[in-house]
Amino acid sequence: MAKKVVLLIGTKKGAFILESSEKRKTWKLRGPFCDAWPINHMVADPESGKIYAGGGNEWFGPAVWQSDDQGKTWSHSSDGLAYDEGQDPVKSVWALSRSNGCLFAGVEPAGLFRSDDKGKTWTHIEGLQKHPSRKDWMPGGGGLILHTVIPHPDDSDRIWVAVSTGGMFHTSDGGKTWEPRNMGVRNDYLPEDQKYAETGQCVHSVVMAPGNPDLMYQQNHCGMYRSDDGGKKWESIEEGLPSSFGFPSAIHPRDPKTVYLIPLNGDVLGRYVPDAKAAVWRTKDGGKTWKAQRKGLPQKNVFFGVLRQAMATDTLKPHGLYFGTNTGAIFASADEGKSWECIAEHLPTISSVETLVMKG
Amino acid sequence: MRADVILPGALVALFPGAATHLSVEAETVEDMLRELDRRWPGMRDRLRDERPSIRKHINIFVDGKRATLDTALRENSRVYVLTAMSGG
Repeated sequence: MAKKVVLLIGTKKGAFILESSEKRKTWKLRGPFCDAWPINHMVADPESGKIYAGGGNEWFGPAVWQSDDQGKTWSHSSDGLAYDEGQDPVKSVWALSRSNGCLFAGVEPAGLFRSDDKGKTWTHIEGLQKHPSRKDWMPGGGGLILHTVIPHPDDSDRIWVAVSTGGMFHTSDGGKTWEPRNMGVRNDYLPEDQKYAETGQCVHSVVMAPGNPDLMYQQNHCGMYRSDDGGKKWESIEEGLPSSFGFPSAIHPRDPKTVYLIPLNGDVLGRYVPDAKAAVWRTKDGGKTWKAQRKGLPQKNVFFGVLRQAMATDTLKPHGLYFGTNTGAIFASADEGKSWECIAEHLPTISSVETLVMKG
Repeated sequence: MRADVILPGALVALFPGAATHLSVEAETVEDMLRELDRRWPGMRDRLRDERPSIRKHINIFVDGKRATLDTALRENSRVYVLTAMSGG
């Protein structure tokens, strides 16, 4: 059965879709969708092809958009996507995640919502707000956002979330209670005696290894890390990388030791790719060693960055790897990062890239 | 009170079938939003947040004066819902 690959692209001014056959040689762009609202993240159901897009509009507030026909028509809802009266209003949806028939949304100001009816209505998971550290969470450059939601693949009561800047948290009771998962993660922007605090870390992105929910990799504002126990303890894996700073991370769809990062030149130096040369850095041994993959990527006068949700793999063999830049370009590799091609440019600032492989 | 209400095109575009000019029976701006939501479910959330307040970048003018949720409507009040200056 022929397959097609769909890239779901969230941008500061609308959602876009890129489509290709499974050869991934030529791509067709459609969009902008969602009335050109800022779209921070998109996900899809690989069975039905249903697409969800989360974002927020300065005028009209937060919403999760959805399309049952591959982007031809869209509807939107924020029914229940609100805090209790009197609180700071929800401004925007930042992260979407599907698992066990449930859809999760991470929002700004940081909080977690769930939908059990495919995005029609939403319920606030209030337990996270009751964590004692909540009053100390500080907005990062993108605001006080809950940007990462990782449900356990088999246990619907277990969820990991990450907040900038509050750190990573885990629940094993469906969201009633939460515990921090930040031990070993550095806080370079806090006083010396607080550099390894229990909470307050600026997580940029986290990926879970395929087939091993305990194995996770994290790109933080202050370093790259690996955990073998579901985030209880983290160890640095930044040795061999050109920088300790970056935003996105992606993982091989089948190999738990192959991870991809895009280090940038540091948080105060423009947040460009180092030496003005683009590269995706790959480890095949769980973070012990790293290698730059550059073939086909621009190597002169490159001053773009890549945001936290803007890199993804597909599930084909060999898998595809994709990233979108803050200058509106999409780069694609159909051979696991060995060679690259620019498949779209001149888009708005790209916030997120996700993939969908379906019957074509 | 029956008020004449004018909605912004960007809002109407979000709700298939919604009209730009309409007549609404309401005592206050909050009542008016409730009536809009009854006609087009979800519209109130687009204009009012959970503080509760009119959204930061939405303006509602009643008979030429900027309104709040509590502002009273009069018979034949003219209500403009506007998208305020925003964005980049």
